[in-house]
Amino acid sequence: MIRLLALRELRSLFAMPSTWFVLAVLQFIFAWFFLARLEAFLEIQPQLAQLANPPGVTITVAAPMFNTVALLLMMLVPMFTMRLIAEERRNQTFALLLAAPLSGYHIVLGKFFGLLIFLAALMAGVPLMLYTLALGTAIDHGLLLSNLLGLLLLTASYVAVGLYISALTTQPVIAAIGALAVLVGLWLADIGAAAEDSPWHLISPLNHFQNFNAGLLDSGDAAFFVLFSAVFLLLTMRRIHNNRIYG
Amino acid sequence: MSNITPEITLSARNLTRRFGSRQVIHGVSLELKRGEVLGLLGHNGAGKSTTLQMLTGCLLPDGAEKNECSIEICGIDLLRQPALAKAHIGYLPETPPLYREFSVDDYLIFAARLRGMKSGEAAAALAQTRQRCGLEAVGRKIIGTLSKGYQQRVGIAQAIIHHPDVIVLDEPTVGLDPAQIREIRTLIRELGDSSSVILSTHQLGEVESICDHVQIMQHGKLIYGDTTAGMASYGGEPGKLEDNFIRITESRP
Repeated sequence: MIRLLALRELRSLFAMPSTWFVLAVLQFIFAWFFLARLEAFLEIQPQLAQLANPPGVTITVAAPMFNTVALLLMMLVPMFTMRLIAEERRNQTFALLLAAPLSGYHIVLGKFFGLLIFLAALMAGVPLMLYTLALGTAIDHGLLLSNLLGLLLLTASYVAVGLYISALTTQPVIAAIGALAVLVGLWLADIGAAAEDSPWHLISPLNHFQNFNAGLLDSGDAAFFVLFSAVFLLLTMRRIHNNRIYG
Repeated sequence: MSNITPEITLSARNLTRRFGSRQVIHGVSLELKRGEVLGLLGHNGAGKSTTLQMLTGCLLPDGAEKNECSIEICGIDLLRQPALAKAHIGYLPETPPLYREFSVDDYLIFAARLRGMKSGEAAAALAQTRQRCGLEAVGRKIIGTLSKGYQQRVGIAQAIIHHPDVIVLDEPTVGLDPAQIREIRTLIRELGDSSSVILSTHQLGEVESICDHVQIMQHGKLIYGDTTAGMASYGGEPGKLEDNFIRITESRP
């Protein structure tokens, strides 16, 4: 059932011209950024080579690129999550799901995984571009994998937030702005907190991504993403149940 | 779906519902047998749609936790085992719940699979439903490009594709032309032979031609229930359904 709903979500996404447009534009941005980083690396490479332990191509090109993608996601994810439930409620198609023999978790997880798969496909261009570097040099697979895992977990947590906010309203635009406000708010709380041990750092997904970005797999960070996503998914299920109570 | 399904397919007891401080449904009880078509009549805002929403599990009645009310679909408690009970329901809301970017075929297959049909069954059900609802010619068209009448038919098709025992239709003939209305009425009559149908409507002609039973709703209460023939001869004198409807609703403020 979850698979059926996820496929439905994907199908609706790919039926819209705007999805293809966003896909194309993003690949262009990713490629632009990748080439710019690569050029910068090639320029300073002779100087780097004189160092005793020079940083490789992965850390100078791949890591900053993943960081940018992570920042872009913050603005991108709300654009996709806004439709998930808000639009179904506005178009009154939600009744089809409510009257179907499904539980709330089918609906929520179906939508969650549907969009997650789409976003994973959207970002698949990034590792592919980076792997072209393997043609000319050795790359650090460990660092790439840790970044990929981090990015996936970060996306999942953003989708969970967006899904919950989409369930709160019937206006997709409000859902988009709300999700953007929450994600940017979490980010600002993180970069705004001056103290190194400020608790604000702990609640920001982007801060937990930094370890993955540096190639450090910390089970604490992974647990944060899983918990963060789970909390918002549970809240969404709760909200859908309340929808039946309050109309 | 099975041969041993009980005779009573839908029974609702003491449904109440308030939105905020406004009580919109006061203790509605309904019972429906297999092979029956029930027409739910009433003025605008009488609570027909809200009642139907509760019968399909889209809206919970008040006091559902405290056992003050109950809804049973084919003997399965809708409030306790919603997933099991809902597999027996087909529901067409006031606005047909259509994914406008889907083609008719894809949408109907999705609707069938959503109710737990296997893909093989769904394909067979699709062919049959398309034929029943007169959708053969538009199977590959995108729903958003269809006219209102066709969209309404797709809405009816999604409600019946999984052969439900209870079919709930909220104003099924709205937006259709007279020829289509006649076709849909024949279809509903046909559905009423194997399942139970409950429909809400404003058109008394519709009630006269397809319903076995009538319930009239006013201000959230059921004020009158009888067979269609019984309502036609309301007050001892046979008359037009329309006149009797007005007499019944005006006699009870």
